[in-house]
Amino acid sequence: MAAYRSAAGFQRVLHAVKHVYLKQRCGVIICRYSTVNDPNEKTFDKILIANRGEIACRVIKTCKKMGIKTVAVHSDVDSSAVHVKMADEAVCVGPAPTNKSYLNMDAIMNAVKQTGAQAVHPGYGFLSENKEFARRLAAEGVTFIGPDTHAIQAMGDKIESKLIAKAAKVNTIPGFDGVVKDVEEAVRIAGEIGYPVMIKASAGGGGKGMRISWNDEETREGFRFSSQEAASSFGDDRLLIEKFIDNPRHIEIQVLADKHGNALWLNERECSIQRRNQKVVEEAPSTFLDPDTRRAMGEQAVSLAKAVKYSSAGTVEFLVDSKKNFFFLEMNTRLQVEHPITECITGLDLVQQMIRIAKGYKLQYKQPDIPINGWAIESRVYAEDPYKSFGLPSIGRLSQYQEPLDLANVRVDSGIEEGSDISIYYDPMISKLVTYGKTREEALKKMENALDNYVIRGVTHNIPLLREIIVHPRFVSGDISTKFLPEVYPDGFKGHMLTAGERRELLATAAALYVAAQLRSQRFLGDLRVSSVPVESRVWELCVELDKGVHMLGVSRSGNNYTVEIDGEKVAVSGEWNLASALLPITINGKHRTLQCLLRTAAGEITLQYLGTSFKLRVLSNLAASLSKHMPEKVPEDTSSILRSPMPGSVVAVSVKPGDRVAEGQEICVIEAMKMQNSMTAAKAAKVKSVHCKAGDTVGEGDLLVELE
Amino acid sequence: MATYTLMRSSQGLLHGLKCYFKSVGQIPCGAVAGAITQSKVLQNARCYSVGHLSVQERIEKKRNAALIGGGQLRIAAQHKRGKLTARERVQLLLDQDSFVEYDMFVEHRCSDFGMEADHNKYPGDSVVTGQGRINGRLVYVFSQDFTVFGGSLSGAHAQKICKIMDQAMMVGAPVIGLNDSGGARIQEGVESLAGYADIFLRNVMASGVVPQISLVMGPCAGGAVYSPALTDFTFMVKDTSYLFITGPDVVKSVTNEDVTQEELGGAKTHTAVSGVAHRAFENDVDALLNLRDFFNFLPLSNKDPAPVIECHDPRDRLVPGLDTVVPFETTKAYDMLDIVHGIVDEREFFEIMPNYAKNIVVGFARMNGRTVGIVGNQPKVASGCLDINSSVKAARFVRFCDAFNIPIITFVDVPGFLPGTAQEYGGIIRHGAKLLYAFAEATVPKITVITRKAYGGAYDVMSSKHLRGDVNYAWPSAEVAVMGAKGAVQIIFRGKENQAQAEAEYVEKFANPFPAAVRGFVDDIIQPSTTRKRICRDLEVLASKKQTNPWKKHANIPL
Repeated sequence: MAAYRSAAGFQRVLHAVKHVYLKQRCGVIICRYSTVNDPNEKTFDKILIANRGEIACRVIKTCKKMGIKTVAVHSDVDSSAVHVKMADEAVCVGPAPTNKSYLNMDAIMNAVKQTGAQAVHPGYGFLSENKEFARRLAAEGVTFIGPDTHAIQAMGDKIESKLIAKAAKVNTIPGFDGVVKDVEEAVRIAGEIGYPVMIKASAGGGGKGMRISWNDEETREGFRFSSQEAASSFGDDRLLIEKFIDNPRHIEIQVLADKHGNALWLNERECSIQRRNQKVVEEAPSTFLDPDTRRAMGEQAVSLAKAVKYSSAGTVEFLVDSKKNFFFLEMNTRLQVEHPITECITGLDLVQQMIRIAKGYKLQYKQPDIPINGWAIESRVYAEDPYKSFGLPSIGRLSQYQEPLDLANVRVDSGIEEGSDISIYYDPMISKLVTYGKTREEALKKMENALDNYVIRGVTHNIPLLREIIVHPRFVSGDISTKFLPEVYPDGFKGHMLTAGERRELLATAAALYVAAQLRSQRFLGDLRVSSVPVESRVWELCVELDKGVHMLGVSRSGNNYTVEIDGEKVAVSGEWNLASALLPITINGKHRTLQCLLRTAAGEITLQYLGTSFKLRVLSNLAASLSKHMPEKVPEDTSSILRSPMPGSVVAVSVKPGDRVAEGQEICVIEAMKMQNSMTAAKAAKVKSVHCKAGDTVGEGDLLVELE
Repeated sequence: MATYTLMRSSQGLLHGLKCYFKSVGQIPCGAVAGAITQSKVLQNARCYSVGHLSVQERIEKKRNAALIGGGQLRIAAQHKRGKLTARERVQLLLDQDSFVEYDMFVEHRCSDFGMEADHNKYPGDSVVTGQGRINGRLVYVFSQDFTVFGGSLSGAHAQKICKIMDQAMMVGAPVIGLNDSGGARIQEGVESLAGYADIFLRNVMASGVVPQISLVMGPCAGGAVYSPALTDFTFMVKDTSYLFITGPDVVKSVTNEDVTQEELGGAKTHTAVSGVAHRAFENDVDALLNLRDFFNFLPLSNKDPAPVIECHDPRDRLVPGLDTVVPFETTKAYDMLDIVHGIVDEREFFEIMPNYAKNIVVGFARMNGRTVGIVGNQPKVASGCLDINSSVKAARFVRFCDAFNIPIITFVDVPGFLPGTAQEYGGIIRHGAKLLYAFAEATVPKITVITRKAYGGAYDVMSSKHLRGDVNYAWPSAEVAVMGAKGAVQIIFRGKENQAQAEAEYVEKFANPFPAAVRGFVDDIIQPSTTRKRICRDLEVLASKKQTNPWKKHANIPL
């Protein structure tokens, strides 16, 4: 953070030489945006941020630098959230559910009036693309920091936006059609377009509610789900069906336009790594675009922006096929989640630009001023279990939380802190972890290190998946598409697969940690009435279990340096062996690694996070291991006849009752979590023995839903 | 039992036993000197009616016999049940090569029912006793041997246990009992009963002098259960250990109840329902390794201070998560364990009775390396109220800490005592008094942190300033009051209008830490994130605390 703060100090000088400055930033260590604030350029005295979490914090940071007072709004469960603490004022706008708080326009309008805020920044999601909200603010004489109502309306409607795009000579996806009224119309339209088709809510942004259908049956199912989701999430059940481009890349262009007819494109962001149509890893620039394609895309994006008289920051999303043909997908009339990577490579503070533009100032830059400096990668760190469908939401309290901010060129945008709760009410994003490098390779290397040094305890998180993606050969070579995850992990994500060498490193670390802990447990301090007789073996004979493999190891020690002999090979492990620290920085055979110890029990269980994935090991003395053979096997629960909730959420519908016969794969109930509906199906054909939930219930992860016979 | 008589009855069987003896080399030898060659073991297999052997040879023969207890068949049977042998347990519990065995040559003295026959004599009888080290520190151990007469207690067996207990008390070192016994040695009759009583007496004499721990690793029935019950901590092994006064058959004949051993006296019953056991572990190995860990929290005797171990957790570590752990709504629950884990060294907390009376949390942890006892109301369960079970659970824990110089840290969020006929008829008055008594009589350093509610009599009970709390803190969220706002307003303003306004006034006045702070009933109102730092500093100061209660023969806690 210090880097950009100091950068802000240069503001006076920069005012005069800002064009030069942007270019000079190339190669400078500063990986973040700079808020080049002109003290003579007065904007607003007070801004209300109609959002929560990391984006609210992000906006507040820039406001602070611009000398603008901030007002946070919050639900009652968020009353001690980070964004509330950061803001100068805070107003509670209702109870936890979003439709009663962050989507509660009346309450937010009241908060605006009550605090005298002159402008509102909506962040992303919630009311950011709600034309009614923008209209109501305008009626009160309050500035909406975003585009005008007509642009929101035009681009918010998937059908209208495509017509406008076509008219503005923007490449559009062939064969798209209109609003859908019922199931049969959906099937007919799909048939006319030709499969595969994509079905989604017209009003929905991003991938939410998007389903792909390959036949009539799937179209019916998709229609049902999408219309339900559209109704529950957006209060607008219009749907859109269009031709689905198989195996595309998702590349988007950031645009910035003022109220004077000027518009710029700030280069692209590659967002192809997605799961269930939601982005996971983004980067800027894209490895795939050549300057010509980039320019063509940029120019089309700008022409679209101009066509709708767009002002503020916006994003034009394209699908790009393997032949670099690109098709307009949609325009997001708001600040995007992944805006930081654009800020990293261009040096612009997009929030500041939005505020300036909203006040009516002209753009400060011309297209040739916009650089691509270095490379930025963003990993979306989610409270999700990546082993279930690449990420099912998890909740909990962050019992320990430490961002890797002491590493250079790392930016973490987050709105939580140690002790925060990740609740079922809101998006499960923990943070956006951004790394920057002069080259892509450098940025990726930093990302590896940053992920290894990121401490998150108390909730299940997706760092194992992120850490695997960024080192996967296909990702490293830039050979990606939106199908990356299902193609690379056809059977689902299983965590890091250890090589023989890595396995040895892991075993050796666990063994050394075990010995360090054993030795510490006999270091009693102070005067002892009965003297102590500590044991120090020359060689510790240990037995380490990992994934059902059993290894006999010999560990010898010299100070903090351990030599571990595994199957005739020697591994040297050294480190400080601080048993209280969440991070375990060690040197293995001369290589520096950061592991994390997640669990260490008296019975020898050690869980280590290594290369992103957590591995369960058991370290025992040879004696304990040999005696363990006599221990009875505990019979695990038969899971095929038990249906448990895979995540916390609420039960939307239960389709069976006790005594019903169900077929394998038949839907048993639907669980909604984080606005996603998940159909729970029977693992086998059987009779329903008992039902333990009903529609409307709130369930926790692992709660018993239905038992089969 | 059938197996051993069969085995003993025929010399011819010896031949058949050879294959078993081949594995004798693997049987742990403990501290017994000298390597035993396999051939010798074979020759020396259980037949002593040989007069021509030298004393040296006879010593060896007896030692070897003692090492295999009831013989290979019964060792195999023990293993098959998922249980370790008495010696294996001792070996795993103690530091490598540290076991010093006593009374290996003791034999039972029974001469009835053919017991005097050579083949019915086992050197060492049905218990292994001695002393050794756990993480370098001295401990006395006895381990009942189920392979010898089902671990039944003979006069000799009891005498062996009494011997190590007497010495443990003189030396000042804890006693750990590994229980695995079918009960009294019926052949010995009253001799066996006398043996039990001898042990009980020593359990009582040692109580408060040296820590006593029982790990029940098999059956423990009838009168035998009172030895674990008298010790400070009783642990069990899941699925393989049972504690009951009378078994399922007797229960059936007397009360006509159908009940399994597991339901009647298994680990689950005693850790969750009866509160007899303090914790249960998965299996023998898990239990013994955990016991080693647990032992490190305890001082060797009442003459020793709480142990201090090398600590890597900074004593002045701030815990930012604590600033937001208590919800704004006073009716909303949170997990007291979040606070405990955040504050103590390395998030390590050895919880005692985690599945019993969950509305109070007790257990051991360390602060800057020093063992402390933690007591905390658990708002997550029954709002953290005090009831009969939680009072008794915490009272016993507090008294243990006080007896063994372990400072007590109390986290208070208590809405009061649980109302109702069940509680009143059950005697909440005298049971609740136990906790009050325990905190009041304790002279170890007592630090109290009021995290939220401290209402009514329960406020007084929970290590308040008035019960000689040394350092009493309140968090800003603390409310020290006679009762919650609603109830109070209903009494003060009975029948008056504007109850809501009166309630707001009451909240303003009492639902905060000031009324207690202005009176000096709390020493300071502290930022939650600084709690660890403050407690570590206070403990350092209080380490030299000296406080004595008036002389008495013994106190009279309301039992």
